[in-house]
Parts: sequence; C-alpha cells; structure tokens
Amino acid sequence: MIEQQLSILLVVLPLLAAPIIAVINRSSIAWAMTLSVTVCCLIMSVWMLSGVVDGSVIHYELGGWAPPWGIEYRIDTLNGLVALIVCGIAAATALYAKRSVEQEIPKHQIPMFYCAFLLCFLGLLGICLTGDIFNLFVFLEVSSLSSYALIAMGRNRKALTASFHYLVLGTLGATFFLIGVGLAYGATGTLNMADLSVRLPQAVDTHLVNTAFALIVVGVALKAAIYPLHLWLPNAYSFAPSVVSIFLSATATKVAIYVLIRCLFHVYSVEYVTNTLLPQLLIVMGGVAVLYGSMRAIGQTGMRKMLAYSSVAQIGYMIMGIGFLTEAGLTASLIHLFNHALMKAALFMAAGLFIYRANTATFENIKGLGREMPWTFAAMVIAALSLIGVPGTVGFVSKWQLLQAALEENHWPMVVIILVGSLLAIIYVWKLIEVLYFQPREKMRVTGVASGSENIGRSPISMAVTLWILALSCIYFGINTELSMDTAKSAVEILFAADGGQR
Amino acid sequence: MIEYILGHINYWIIIVLMMIGLYTMMSRPNLIKKMVGLSVFQTGVILLYISMAKVTGGTAPIVAEGFTTYSNPLPQVLMLTAIVVGVATTALGFALIVRIKEAYGTIEEDELEMMDNEE
Amino acid sequence: MSTSTLMIIAMLLPLFGALVISRLNKAPNIREVITIITSASLLGIVIAIFNQLSQGNVERIVLAEPFNGIAIAFSIESLGMMFALVASSLWLVTSIYAIGYMRAHHEKHQTRFYALFAIAIAAVMAICFADNLFTLFLFYEVLTLSTYPLVTHSGDEKAKKSGRIYLGVLMGSSIGLFLLGVLLVWHFTGSLEFTDGGIVDGKIPAYWIAPVYALFILGIGKAAVMPMHKWLPAAMVAPTPVSALLHAVAVVKAGVFAILKVTLLIFGPDTIVESGANHWLIWLPMLTILLASLVAMTKDNLKERLAYSTISQLSYIVLGAMLANSMGLLGGTLHIAMHAFGKISLFFAAGAILVTLHKTKISELSGMGRKMPFTFTVFLIGTLSIIGLPPFGGMWSKWYLALGTIDFTGPDFTRWALLGTLMLSSLLNIAYLAVIPVKAFFGKIELGQEIKAKEAPLPCLVGMAIPAIICLILFFYPEPFYSLARAATLSL
Repeated sequence: MIEQQLSILLVVLPLLAAPIIAVINRSSIAWAMTLSVTVCCLIMSVWMLSGVVDGSVIHYELGGWAPPWGIEYRIDTLNGLVALIVCGIAAATALYAKRSVEQEIPKHQIPMFYCAFLLCFLGLLGICLTGDIFNLFVFLEVSSLSSYALIAMGRNRKALTASFHYLVLGTLGATFFLIGVGLAYGATGTLNMADLSVRLPQAVDTHLVNTAFALIVVGVALKAAIYPLHLWLPNAYSFAPSVVSIFLSATATKVAIYVLIRCLFHVYSVEYVTNTLLPQLLIVMGGVAVLYGSMRAIGQTGMRKMLAYSSVAQIGYMIMGIGFLTEAGLTASLIHLFNHALMKAALFMAAGLFIYRANTATFENIKGLGREMPWTFAAMVIAALSLIGVPGTVGFVSKWQLLQAALEENHWPMVVIILVGSLLAIIYVWKLIEVLYFQPREKMRVTGVASGSENIGRSPISMAVTLWILALSCIYFGINTELSMDTAKSAVEILFAADGGQR
Repeated sequence: MIEYILGHINYWIIIVLMMIGLYTMMSRPNLIKKMVGLSVFQTGVILLYISMAKVTGGTAPIVAEGFTTYSNPLPQVLMLTAIVVGVATTALGFALIVRIKEAYGTIEEDELEMMDNEE
Repeated sequence: MSTSTLMIIAMLLPLFGALVISRLNKAPNIREVITIITSASLLGIVIAIFNQLSQGNVERIVLAEPFNGIAIAFSIESLGMMFALVASSLWLVTSIYAIGYMRAHHEKHQTRFYALFAIAIAAVMAICFADNLFTLFLFYEVLTLSTYPLVTHSGDEKAKKSGRIYLGVLMGSSIGLFLLGVLLVWHFTGSLEFTDGGIVDGKIPAYWIAPVYALFILGIGKAAVMPMHKWLPAAMVAPTPVSALLHAVAVVKAGVFAILKVTLLIFGPDTIVESGANHWLIWLPMLTILLASLVAMTKDNLKERLAYSTISQLSYIVLGAMLANSMGLLGGTLHIAMHAFGKISLFFAAGAILVTLHKTKISELSGMGRKMPFTFTVFLIGTLSIIGLPPFGGMWSKWYLALGTIDFTGPDFTRWALLGTLMLSSLLNIAYLAVIPVKAFFGKIELGQEIKAKEAPLPCLVGMAIPAIICLILFFYPEPFYSLARAATLSL
C-alpha cells in the first residue's frame, strides 16, 4: 500500500522543495534541502523498486480519477530501475555539488541553481513514473526547460549558445513528440499508455498510427541524442557547470532512452516494431554512433568534450541493443543504461575536480595534474577502464551482454563494431591518462582564483568521497551484478510477456 | 481530389503554418527570428489538437439542456498546458538571447559561430 | 589450514604486502625487509598448497557470479601449481636482487616500484588458480594494467612510448581477439569451465575450431607469438628486475600458461588434432622461433637481444601446446619452468653489468668477463640451459619437445620442418647468446675501456647465484616440475 504513495511522493517532494528554496534564498539552506530531498527520494526509489522487482505493478490514480480518464502513475520494474538511477545519481550529485557550485556559480544565483536542479530532477522522475503519455510530455518539458537554464549558467560564454541550440533542438524534438501523441490520440481516443497499447492495434486508420510512431520516435531520438541527432550534446555537456554535466550526462539521455523503450515495446508492441524499418535503422545508427563518437572523442582537446563524444558512442551501444528487438539485446541496453550512468557520472566528477583545481579541463591546462591529485586520478582511471570495458568493471558486464545478444542474432558486423569501439575507447582513455600523468606539469594557469587560495592546494573531501563511491560502485556492480542484471531481466520479461505488460 | 483537399482544409493550413515555422527556424541566422519560427511551429501543433477536437455540429462542452453533441474537451485542456509550456520556452529563449547579446554583442548566428571558433 | 584458505592467503598476501610497502616510503630498510618477508611467506604458502595438492585435497572457491554460469572461481591443478611455484620462488629471488640493483642504480620511486610489483604478483597468483576461462581472462587484464606503471617507471618520453606499445598490443589483442574467442566458446558451448579433455568437442562446428583457436593464439598477446610480439622489446625500458621477473617469467609465462590451459582444458588436444587446426597454425610459433632468433642476432642492446630470445623461447612452449600430443605438451609445460630459471639468470647478469659497468651494448662487453667472472659465469650457465645443453635443466624440455615433434600427426613436410626448426634454432641460440660470454671471457678489452670493474653489490650476487644453481640442479633432479607437468598432461 505504502509503495503507492511513494510513487507520487517522489514527484511531490522535489516539487514542494524547489519553490521553498527559491523563497528562502539562502545558499547553504538550498544545498542542505537539495541533499536531503534527493537522499529521501533515493531511499524511496529503492523501497519502490524492491516492491516491483518481482514483476508486480504499482498503480496510483492521481486525484482518484480512474484510468484511462485520469492520470495514472504506473510503476513496473522498468521504470522502477530508471527512477532508481535518476535518484541515485541526483543524490550523489547533490553530495558532490556544494563546493563545486560555490566556486562556479555567482553567490546570488546559488539558491536558484539548486531550485532549477530540483525541477530538472523532478521532471526526469516524472517522466519515469507517469503512465500517461501527455503527462510525460509535460514532464519532458519541465526537465528540459530547467536543464536549458542550468546549462546556461556555465562560466564560459559558449554555454549560452550551447544552451540556446539545445533549447531550439530540444523544443523541436518535444514538439514532434507532441504531434505524435496528438495523432495517436486521434487514432485511439486515449492518452493512457497501457490503454494505448490495447487500442493501437485495433485502430482503423493505420496511416495515422504509423505517422504517430515516426514522429514519436524522431522526437525522442532528438532528446536521447541518438546519432545523427546528437548535435546539441557535446557543447551542452562541455560548457555547462560541472555539477550539471555530471547530472545530465548520467540521467537526461538515459531517461529519453527509457521513453524510447517504453514507446517501442509497451505503447507499440514488439510485433508492430518488427514490421517497420526501425530496428535495422537503430542497429545501423547505433553502430555508426559507436564509431563516430569514439573517433570524435579521440580528436578532442578537452576532457569534458571528449567525455561528451564518448557519451554519443555509448548511447550507440544502447540503441544497438534496442534494435536487436530480442530479450538479450534489450537486457544489455538496460544494463548499459545503469552502468553507463555510474561511469559517466564518475568521469565527469573527476573532470569537475580538475576544474575545481585548475579552473579548466582542457588538456593543455591539466597536464600532469594526475600526479598532484593521485586519489582523484586513481578513481578516474577506474571509471575510465569501465568505459573501455575491462573485465571486472561494469563496462565489461554490459558489453559482454551486448556481444551475446549480437551473436545470438548473428549480427557479425555489430560484434566487430562493438570490439572496435572498445579499442577506440582505449585510445582516447589513454590519451587522457597520458596527459594527466606523463606530461610534465606546467606552471598552473589559474584565472579567477585569488593567489594563495586554498582551492589550489587540495580537493574538497565531499567531492572526492562522492567520486570514490561511484568509482567503487563501478567495480562492485561489475562483479556483483545481482541488482542491475536481475532487475533488467525482470523488466524485459514483463515487456516481452505475451500480454504485452498489461497488468 | 478537390473534395479531399477542401475537406481537410484546416489540416492543410496547419501543415503550411508548421512548415513556415520550421523554415524560419532553420533559415534565419537571427536568434530572435529563430524563436519566432519556433513559436509559429508550436502554434501549429496547438491548432492541430484543437481542430482534431472539433466535432461537426458539436457545441462547447458545457452540459446544458437541448444539446447532445459536444466538442471533445480533452485536447483543449491539453493545449492549455502546451501553451504554458510554449510561453515558458519562449521566455527562456528570449532571456538567453539577452544574455548572448550581453556576452557577444551580437545575436546573428553566423557571427556567433565565428567568434566561438576564434577562441 | 584448508586448501581454499591457503589459496585466498596466497592471493591476498602480496596485496597486503603492497599496502604495507606503499606506506613505508620513509623507511627503505623496513620496506625491503617487508618485501622479502612477504615473498618468502608467499613461497611457503605456495609450497603448503603443493603439499595439499599432492595429498589430493582440491577445493573450489567461488568468489562471485557476475553472469549466470560464469563465476569468478579458483581451484588448483598441476599446471597452475607449477606456474605458481615458479613465480613465487622467483619473486623471492628477484626481491633479494632488486634491493642491490635499485639502490646501486639510484632508481626513483622505489616504493611505488615494490608495491606495484607485489600487486602484479597477486594477479599472477590469481591467474595460476583460475578455475575457468573467465577468471583467467579477468586477471590476465589485471596483470596487464598493473604492470603498465612498471614499464613506464622512469616516466620519460621513451618510457611513455613503450608504455603505449605495451598497452596497445596487449589490451588491443586481448579485447579484440581473446575476448572474441572467449565469447565464441561461450556462445557455442554455454560453458567456460576448465574440463579435462576440453568442452568444445562436438559443440563447435569443425570448421570453426581452427579460427577460434587462432583467436586465442594471437589474442593472448602475452605469449608474444609473432606478429603480437612488439610489446616485449618495448617493455625492456623498465628497470631490470621488472624485465627479469615480469617479462621473462610472470607476464609472458602467464600468456603461454593461458594458451596451455586453453589447449588442454578448453579445446582438448584430441579435438585440435582431429580438426587439423594445428597443421597450419603451428607455422606461427615455428616462424616466430626462427624469425625472433634472427632478429636477436641484429640487436646490440643486451636487454633487447634477451627480449627477442624470450620471444623465440616462448614460441617453443606454444609449439609444444600445438603439437597436441603428450610428449609435446610435457615438453612445453616443462619449458615454462626451465626457461624461467635460465632466462632470469641472464637478466640478472645483464642487470649486474648495467649497474657496475653502465653498459647496455653487447659490443662493449668484450673482455669484461675477466673483470666480472662471477656475473659472466652466471650468464654462461643461463645461456647453456636455454640452448638446452646438459648438464642444465633446459635440456629436458627441449628433449621432450623434440620427441613430441616426432610424434606429430600432421603432414610429413611439417614434421620435418618442425624438427629442422628445433635444430636450427639451437644453433642460432649459440650464435646470438653463447657468443656474449665467450667474447667477454676471451675477447680483447678495447682501448680506453680499462676501467676498474668490480662485481655487483652482494644482494645482486646472491640473487643471481640462486637461479643459476637451480638450473644445474634441475638437470639431475627435475622435481617437482617434472611430476607436475606429467600430471597436467597425463590425461592424454
């Protein structure tokens, strides 16, 4: 019973906290509230997931209106897992944020920063939990609008143009999604996703259904930065404040991919998708994304931009898994969703620490910094090894699953591409490691920090500890895969079940 | 044929509207014009929903004696939300443009790109 | 103590040692005492495990199970036991030697060096005890990563470049080929367990066996079968004790050990013979033996010449595995131990020469043997053992390898080519290795070279003497290695 209330509390809690933070307008209170809210949400999401991992489904009817008329929150294993990822990363980011935000954001903007952060968090959670497709659109816009604002707070003025581009493209994607939803509504007369999945196959006007499908997919693909619709991502992630790039890189695209999975496998059915061009398209785009993203990552001269392009490549792996349209493929995608969130967050946190010390993360300015910050460097190496997919880390688990799935379908070109992707990852990861460890330390070019400032001397404990928690979990979940693997498997089973998840 | 076009005249207009918006967004380097295009595009979608909800011969969806056919109220309610979202997006976009003007001194995209590449 | 407890201690002890060592930067004496105590107790524990094994107490530990049916598990069998004995005993010897070397050579970052060394040994122990292919693969990668900082120890441009080659070749081959091989085995058989007689028989289509086996031979880059050999000469920029223990014993032997395990326990020699995979794949190690010997002759840098000699000798073991008959496998397995003791003597001698004479070029060593008779005697013993002459241990492995080639079931031409290769290679060995001590003892000292040479520091001499003496002992009494190798290949 109590799990039902949890589903709505998860959204309501940050929704209440955000305006309170804005009204109180004190930076230390803002941080404390953000941390406590995200930690509470994390605990609740763990609780909720434990309630649905066995395959049961939680329903919550908003305002007591029965679905399909009212809005329904519907939590099964799939969105339970994604909600856990979002909450976990948000809590880690909040723990990490204090000192980094103090340094990067002007003091008077800090409360508003946390307010926007909570709104973004709330939007992403809402996308995960809602069972109503229009409600999903609204949450999509809530999270997007706040993330545009967050990105624009970056110190480099390029953050502004990056944010504007993201705004234009993001709105375009969301609007496409909205048209698709409208057409689906026109064909079926319902907005509830469970109800849609029943009525779509019965719809008379197949043209309408097909058009809706295409528009929804394109809209979501823009949000998920699927190649070739990834153009907004590299700049947005590399010029945003460190805390924002940590949070968005680990959650925003993941949630968009969740929406894609939800729409393909639940709203529409596997049988429907099989008969379209989409699976082949997804596989090819995934493969191209892996190669293109990795190649571009090798060519970058800044740590964050390199990580951003690596994200494009990693999204490619997830898309490929979805494109296989098999249980094994989708399981691999979901596990990678979870694992990639861990490692990318850890890597961006390390970048954040370098920025904290050197004020920038371009290769030229972080030369030899690894020797001065051995702990940060070591944690970064662990996360970077995950990115390559070294056995014993999370990256290996997902790649192994994906390779399995590709072999099952005899997709030999994809097997080769996955392995080549790993090899390319070695190159860019090692480029980073060499810069940090082997290049001689040059005189630190510090701008904007008073001389003798203690920032230069040491890294804040809270930031380093959070980084290490994530780095160690990269290893822990690489060896003990119970949580990620079992949850993903159970989620996939529900999606592939004969009744298409009607419960 | 002519009947098909005339019968769906509202949809044709909406499509033309949306294409105008999309084209403006893509072809104009001026950021404000881009926002205008985006708004027009969004308005097209709002009209799409509204015209879908119209039932021939239906009245405003208020329960009253003597009326049995009503227009579908749900899309209209949805569009209220969408309008709010659209206004927020436009406001945020303009706020960003103001900041860009302050930081770069221009709002022409080609000039912005040139300045970004110089760095 | 039970076998499983002992095994866990054997893997954790070096790690613990590394932890303690890394804290003792300020107290070099205590640090080195700790290193020696750790390595000595590791040897003791490995011997205790050996006793357990000979009493038949075999246990299996499952650490975790990341995937259904694929566990991180450890157990002990003869082949792994032999490798563990070789690695742990030579770690002790190397530790003694390293004390003299690192101090006399004024290396920097000595603490980091000792700590990483211990971590690498822990990875080697885990490889020895690996119970399935997945565990083996996991620690194979850990070993690559933990030795990378040792290769780039000096941190200069040359070390960085070598580090790139080292990592590029080893990680590239293991992820691009080895992993693919593991994956294919899992895909076809649904198991990665080491099983007597192999697991693939009848499960992998016959035409797939040769390609998959080739993936392993080339993918296990640590075995340095050409063209995957480039990393080994590159790794010679590391300090000599690293080259000695890791790049003549632990790392490279981990590679051939993996190949032997795969041949014996994944494919099964019978399957390989039936499929005929080895008829043409055996040319790879054969060519490597010859080509590496030829390249070695052109190298004037002493350590590089030794590296190419290692490449050639490693292919003997791979060749033994590919012969896939009892004699060949016995010879190959035995060669792991015999070559280890011989080659480490050579490296120690080379290190001693570097420390005292500061010379790395072979051409400069003429006549130096009269100044450093002890060092060059050790070098000579190592050379003779590697060539395979009595009365040194190296003879036995070569002997069984030769017997194995006679039993080879492939085409006659290949069999003669194999025998010819073994003969020719021994001659080449004499030409590029034996020439060094001979010139050192009997050559003329060049003008301007009359330096007051003395022998290396005492710890170095002690460290050098032990493996050289063992080389001699192994000829008369090749136990326990012979019985272990015998037991490993007995199933045939």
